[in-house]
Amino acid sequence: MSYIPHTDAERRQMLEVIGVRRIEDLFYDVPERTRFPKLNLPPPLSEMEVMWELQALSETNADVDHYPIFLGAGAYNHFIPSTVDYVLSRGEFYTAYTPYQPEISQGTLQAMFEYQSLIVNLTGMEVSNASHYDGATSLAEAVILALNASRRQRRKVLLSPAIHPEYRQVVRTYTQGMGLTVTGDEDPTAALPQLLSQLDENTACLCLQVPNFFGELEEVQGVAEAVHNAGALFVVVCDPISLGLFQPPGAYGADVVVGEGQPLGIPLSFGGPYLGFFATRMEHVRRMAGRLVGETVDMQGRRGYVLTLSTREQHIRREKATSNICTNQGLMALAAAVYLSTMGRCGLRQVAELCYHKAHYAAAEIAKLEGYAVVTKRPFFKEFVVRCPRPVAEINRELLDDYGIIGGFDLSIHYPHLANHMLVCVTEMNTREEIDEFVQALAEVGEG
Amino acid sequence: MNFPTDLRYTKTDEWVRLEGDEAVVGITDYAQSQLSDIVYVELPQPGERRAKGEAFGVVESVKAASDLYMPASGTITAVNERLSGAPELVNQDPYGQAWMIRFKPDNPAEFNDLLDAAAYEKHCEERAH
Repeated sequence: MSYIPHTDAERRQMLEVIGVRRIEDLFYDVPERTRFPKLNLPPPLSEMEVMWELQALSETNADVDHYPIFLGAGAYNHFIPSTVDYVLSRGEFYTAYTPYQPEISQGTLQAMFEYQSLIVNLTGMEVSNASHYDGATSLAEAVILALNASRRQRRKVLLSPAIHPEYRQVVRTYTQGMGLTVTGDEDPTAALPQLLSQLDENTACLCLQVPNFFGELEEVQGVAEAVHNAGALFVVVCDPISLGLFQPPGAYGADVVVGEGQPLGIPLSFGGPYLGFFATRMEHVRRMAGRLVGETVDMQGRRGYVLTLSTREQHIRREKATSNICTNQGLMALAAAVYLSTMGRCGLRQVAELCYHKAHYAAAEIAKLEGYAVVTKRPFFKEFVVRCPRPVAEINRELLDDYGIIGGFDLSIHYPHLANHMLVCVTEMNTREEIDEFVQALAEVGEG
Repeated sequence: MNFPTDLRYTKTDEWVRLEGDEAVVGITDYAQSQLSDIVYVELPQPGERRAKGEAFGVVESVKAASDLYMPASGTITAVNERLSGAPELVNQDPYGQAWMIRFKPDNPAEFNDLLDAAAYEKHCEERAH
């Protein structure tokens, strides 16, 4: 099968139109000696040999199937039930895109509708869109929603310094040129009261991560009231797994709830694809970016699904659309929907409880080690901060090389005042034996 | 199509009625018929200022969402709250019950740039071709 449909006659015709005699003439600007350089390539290999070579290369990676992992910091190693891949790989679903005649694909739309319903239930909100790229971009979209909710009159955005540092970077990238002041996180140790004291009549929103980047629960009672009294919106970034155990942000007054959906049945991979979830209250539905699927009935009263409020979107509203980054993560959203349906309310709670108890067991054991201290004092979920006797990068190197363990996150990368501080993550995937080995390894590595 | 002669018009399909030192604004019969069923109207808040030609709101139909533009610079003094619950009034009574904003112009001389009914009707006919 030829992948290039043009015939010689058509090529001649095209060259004639643009006034060129031969195809080679199109490359006139490329110096002749670099046009066809001699490439220093190994001899060709058979498919089998290529597979072996790539396999050998990939096996040099340390991956979560072969190494115990205590690294989280935004992407998490959770169990993925086999139902997820089974449904995802069905031919009817296996595309990242919403079909261009969406209403003809009722199954795809119904799946998105189910996803939205599940996210609404999980977050305690009223409406969810059909996803963004990742947690960071959904936070940036939440900030833009808050700006527009103030009719672009309020120009200050308060970010807690305990929001994922990369999310804060993405918010700044997204909103550059919009005339916003993104602030609140200059002092990396700023606690919630300090952030609340910066609320004023120019504040569009206050953004908080719960549990925060350090794994701690924030003292959320009264925050919504303070934010709303200032006329601003309350944006919460959260770990969806934590909602199996803790109060949903909708219950404590959040106006927008966003986060990374990767923990919901999506494997760890560098650069994604991941999933940004986004939920809000009905009063903001027209300011929400992205796809939205609605349920309706056809002329004969039968249930059906449609893309709704499309007039907000780029293909209709052009440059005035709520967002011009409108690609969703349909397939990943489907993974999250299948994951949540498989786990159910009880299953999700069990996963969250296992994470919580295992993390607390690990923290208690590490606290007993000489030279180490668990500095997390407030209640935490599945991550906590450990002060180590040596730089974390050195410890992690030895954990990997000598013990075959992937250690925690080196907090000094983003928080210079936290040199020698490791963010340790424990999920339901870490067995008791793994945790004990990790603690033992830390003890030995700590002696230097 | 209805083009009342006591109104002034913009090329972007807003109508303006001068009442004392204030002006009332809505969208024309032509605009509502082009947009078809209106489902949502977003309006500013009294006290907000807008420059001539700046968007003061959005009207959304089943087909499109369109910005609403200020016919002259001024300060919004009132908005039609009924439209948030009954956007279909824009289709039913564009020149009456579906007025959108009332504003106090900075410089009433700016109204001289607006079209009269005949000029606006011609403007609509030209676009139909």
